[in-house]
Amino acid sequence: MSEQDIDKETGIETTGHDWDGIRELNNPLPRWWLWCFYLTIIWGIGYTIAYPAWPLVSQATSGLLGYSTRAEVAEEIARFEQKNSALRTELANVELAALSENADLNRYAVAGGAAVFRTYCSQCHGSGAAGAKGYPNLLDDDWLWGGELDQIAYTVRHGIRNEVDADAHWSQMPAFGEILEEDEIGQVVQHVMALSGQEHEANLASQGAVIFEEQCSACHGEAGLGDREQGAPNLTDAIWLYGGDTDSLTQTVTYSRFGVMPPWGDRLGEADVKAVAAYVHQLGGGE
Amino acid sequence: MAFLTKHQILERSPTLLLVFSFLVVSVGGIVEIAPLFYLENTIEEVDGVRPYSPLELTGRDIYVREGCYVCHSQMIRPMRDEVERYGHYSLAAESMYDHPHQWGSKRTGPDVARVGGRYSDAWHVDHLNDPQSVVPESIMPKYAFLGRTPIDGQYVGELMETHRMVGVPYTDEMIEQARADFAVQADPDEDWDGLLERYPGAVVSNFDGQPGITEMDALIAYLQMLGTLVDFSTFVPDASR
Repeated sequence: MSEQDIDKETGIETTGHDWDGIRELNNPLPRWWLWCFYLTIIWGIGYTIAYPAWPLVSQATSGLLGYSTRAEVAEEIARFEQKNSALRTELANVELAALSENADLNRYAVAGGAAVFRTYCSQCHGSGAAGAKGYPNLLDDDWLWGGELDQIAYTVRHGIRNEVDADAHWSQMPAFGEILEEDEIGQVVQHVMALSGQEHEANLASQGAVIFEEQCSACHGEAGLGDREQGAPNLTDAIWLYGGDTDSLTQTVTYSRFGVMPPWGDRLGEADVKAVAAYVHQLGGGE
Repeated sequence: MAFLTKHQILERSPTLLLVFSFLVVSVGGIVEIAPLFYLENTIEEVDGVRPYSPLELTGRDIYVREGCYVCHSQMIRPMRDEVERYGHYSLAAESMYDHPHQWGSKRTGPDVARVGGRYSDAWHVDHLNDPQSVVPESIMPKYAFLGRTPIDGQYVGELMETHRMVGVPYTDEMIEQARADFAVQADPDEDWDGLLERYPGAVVSNFDGQPGITEMDALIAYLQMLGTLVDFSTFVPDASR
């Protein structure tokens, strides 16, 4: 600075700039602020020595504290696994039919299963397990593939109609649009309406009964009660996965349905599969 | 304290201030960014990661176009709660063919780094058409127009060439077969052996459940692949990374 510009009022040096007659005092920064600033520099140096930081030739310095994100998360997971290991091992090995005899284990399974359900199952079956169109309601006692603990666990473990797990439940309803005439489909639909006790046209339904006998009864049974071996739904109740009105039924018969559930065995592990089965089983419809 | 007032020389000369600002900023770049390109412990080789198939790559473009990354991250952080909810924490190598990566920084919706295989194709169709039909509490907008927008992969070969320019190892064969691979991945009735040879683990399915190929097919093909390429049953993490 060649020449200093001193403010007359205060005797303090100004920055030398002039904005329409307004000038700025060049006060030094407060001492406390400066000292905090210097401290952060010192802290920063210490920090890079304690933690992984400085890049060298092939690796960065690993830091005096030996911190590693991966090691920390592995340790954290191991800590919780160890806390739960006794119950989880027991759960993974338990005969599900005998689960209710062990009150502690059952409570653990249901509570843990609820968490698993909310994480992995609620997206399709709903956070309250009431399902949605195409995704079964798990609160009622109407089961497609069986409602015993073992059967629920099997469905969770292997899934339904997926290409990933060779043991997945599998069945496929034909698209009857390629097999039956349009009016025949109409008749079958009327018969199904009759089976489920809805309003229907009786003469069409009686014609439909013949077609039902030929085409549908192998899976749905002669009385339309369904077959859990094949995941064929009961057609005589008021529970419909894709809708029970004429339009929905015509759609179902013409194009068929193909509900897929992914397999969860590998993703969840045996203990969590059993836990979520126990949770679903106690929702209300378990057998 | 003459030394402590020397900064005034810089502050009173715009040119000098600019030059020294650049110097300081480039120190930051040299120390923090440049080493990532050569340090061994940032570049982890992982089995299974492959370039995206033409249909997946197209779906990825739709993902970027629709701004999915604004609400969904693709980055499972190494923390127990995230690993419990979403699966194994993300590895840098899993996004090595992402240009640009879709890590995101905000989770209005859940992380989707490992959404592949978690839900059925039909669920994705239902959910994209009307998210609230399957998840009533969701605030995600509807993307039903994707299923009404047919695509034919006309420029997918060029898209792959562009990705090759920035380092994705697409072979000449992959680019030659791009349109055929694009079509065959959404049609399980065709012969897709060649596709699986070029892109191991690719899922072949009529993703949207209707004839023809739409943007919905492409996006679901991409989503069903996310996070499935690395086999974590054989992966051993190196703690120093």
